Amino acid sequence: MPEEKTPNGKNGKSAGLVERLKAGVKEDLESLKTELPAKAKEQVEILKKPTKTQVYTSIFRHKHDDTPRNRALGVLSNVFLHLHPAKINRDAVRYSYTWGMGGITFYLFIVLTLTGVMLMFYYHPSKVQAFRDVLYLEHDVPFGKLLRNMHRWAAHLMVIAVELHMFRVFLTGSYKKPREFNWNVGVILLVLTLLLSFTGYLLPDDQLGFWAVTVGTNMARATPLLGHEGPFGQQLGMTPYNDVRFGLLGGSIVDANALLRSYIWHCIGIPIIASIFMVLHFWRVRKDGGISGPAPVVLDSEVKEAKK
Amino acid sequence: MDWKQLWEILSAPDNVPIIAMIPLLAFYIYLAWKQAHANDVLIEQLAGDAALAKTHHRKAWPFKPGWAKEVHVWPFLLRIEFLAAIIVTIILMVWSITLNAPLEEPANPNLTMNPAKAPWYFLGLQEMLVYFDPWIAGVVMPTLIIFGLMVIPYIDTNPLGAGYYTWKQRKFAIGTFLFGFIILWVSMIFIGTFIRGPGWQWFWPGQTWDHNRLIYEVNRDLPDLFGITSNWGKGIFGAAVVGGFFAIGGMLVHAFFRRHNAKDFKRMSLLQYSIMMTFFLTMIGLPIKMLLRLLFHIKYVWITPWFNV
Repeated sequence: MPEEKTPNGKNGKSAGLVERLKAGVKEDLESLKTELPAKAKEQVEILKKPTKTQVYTSIFRHKHDDTPRNRALGVLSNVFLHLHPAKINRDAVRYSYTWGMGGITFYLFIVLTLTGVMLMFYYHPSKVQAFRDVLYLEHDVPFGKLLRNMHRWAAHLMVIAVELHMFRVFLTGSYKKPREFNWNVGVILLVLTLLLSFTGYLLPDDQLGFWAVTVGTNMARATPLLGHEGPFGQQLGMTPYNDVRFGLLGGSIVDANALLRSYIWHCIGIPIIASIFMVLHFWRVRKDGGISGPAPVVLDSEVKEAKK
Repeated sequence: MDWKQLWEILSAPDNVPIIAMIPLLAFYIYLAWKQAHANDVLIEQLAGDAALAKTHHRKAWPFKPGWAKEVHVWPFLLRIEFLAAIIVTIILMVWSITLNAPLEEPANPNLTMNPAKAPWYFLGLQEMLVYFDPWIAGVVMPTLIIFGLMVIPYIDTNPLGAGYYTWKQRKFAIGTFLFGFIILWVSMIFIGTFIRGPGWQWFWPGQTWDHNRLIYEVNRDLPDLFGITSNWGKGIFGAAVVGGFFAIGGMLVHAFFRRHNAKDFKRMSLLQYSIMMTFFLTMIGLPIKMLLRLLFHIKYVWITPWFNV
C-alpha cells in the first residue's frame, strides 16, 4: 500500500492515532481542571437553593416562600393535608373548643394500624400457636413487649378519645343542622371502635380474653328471635348450633374458629369498614361547612320560627 | 380496710385507663362548664342590651376589630396537630415502657375466671345483667343506645347552642345526655370495675374479695307481692305495670316538657315527640328498675312464658 498522509499525522495511521489520543487526553485533563470545578461551584450554588432543584419541584408543585399563596398551596396541593381547608376561623384553632379528640382518635388509629401490622408478623391465629406467639413476642422479639404494650394502650386510649370526642360534639351542639348525618356516621364509628377493641381482646388466647369474650358472646344466646335462649328463639327453631351466637363464633363454644374469626374481623374486616366510614366522616366535616364553631352565640329572641 | 386488695384492683393494668378517665373527664367537664358559663353570661348581657347585641362579635373570647377573621391552616392549625401527635406519642411511649399489657394463663374452658369480666367499656352492660335478663341487657339495650344516639339530631329541634358551649339554652338536652353518659355509662363502668368482685357481688373499695361469701337474698317478683299466682294474671298484671309506667311517666314528662320547653314542644312533630318520649322513658326506666332491685329485692315486674322484664 502506498504511503498516504493522513490529517492526523505524518507517520501513518498508527502514529495519527497516538497523536489523537494524546490530544484528546490533554483536552480531557484540561476539562477536569477547569470545567468540573466550575460545575462543582454551580452545583453548590444550586444546592444552596434546594427548592429550585428538579427533584423538589417534581414533588412539591409550589414555591416555599412565606407568602399567603404558598401557605394555602402547601395545604391544598398535599394529599395528606388537603383534608383541611386553606384557612379556618381564627377561634377554631383554640384547643379549649375542640379538645382535639377527633384528630387524636384518628392518630391513634394510625398508631394501631402500624403496631398491629408489625404484631401480625409474629402471630398465628391458631389454638396451638397463638398464646405461645404472645409469649415469644414478649420475651424474645426485640422490642416485642413494647410493641404489644403500645398496641394495647393505644386501643384503650382510642376508646376514651372517641367517647370524649362524642361528648364534646354533643356539648357544643355540633350535631345540629346541617351535621345530623355526620353525627350518625360518628355513632357507627364509635360502635366499630368498640368492636375493634373487643375482637382484639380474644387474640392473646389467655384466660382474660377467653372469659371476656365468653361473657360477651353469651349475651348473643339471648338475642330475641335469633338466639336459642332469647324470647321466641326456641319457637323459631333456634338451637346452640344454628343461632346468631353460632354465627359469630363459628361454633357453639369459644374455640379455634372463634379465634380465627375474631382475628379476621380484627385485622381485616372491621378496619376496612371503619376506614370507609372514616373517609365519609372526614369528607362530610368539610362538606357540612368545616367544624361547627366556635360560632357566635344566638339569642332566643333571634330564632325565626319556621312556618307550618 | 384491705389495702392490698384495693391496690390490686387499682393497679391492674387494664384498670389504669379507667383510673386515667376520672381526671380526664373531670378536666373536660370543667373546661366545657367554664366556656358554657362565659357564653351564658354573654347571652344574658346581650339579651338585655339590644344596642350591644347589634355590634357585639358574639363570642366570649377577646376580639379586636383589626384582627383577621381567619388564619392559615399552615402553620396555625398544623402546628397544633403536630404537637398533639408528638404529645400522644410520648404519653403512649412512657405508658408502654412503664406498664405491661396483661397476660393471664392460657385460655382454659375448664377453669372459670371469677369474676369473669367483659372489657372495661362493656362493663356498664354487664352490670345491667344484674337487673335485667340477658336479652334486654345484652341485646336490646345496646341496640337502643345506638339508635337513641342516632336519633338525637333529628329529635332535638332546638336551633340554639349550635357551635358553642351553653347550658341555659339547652338545659334539657345537656341534662339528659349528662345523665346518660356520666350516670348510666361511666359510673356503671366504675361499679363494674372497682365494686363487683367474685360472683359479681358487691364489694366496697378496700373490702377483701371473699370467694366463699354467701349473701342470703330472696328476690321476689312484683306479682308475688300482690298475691297473683296464675300465669295469665302475672302476664296481664306485668303488662299493666309496664304500660302504666310509660303512661304515667309519659304524662309527667309531658307536663314538665310543655311548660319548661314550650318552644321545643311547639316545634316538634308528633313523630319526633313520641320517639323522644320512648327513649327518654326507657332510659329513666333503667335506674328505676335498679332501685326496685336494690331497695325492695324485686327481680321481675312482668312475667310471661316467653320473656321476663
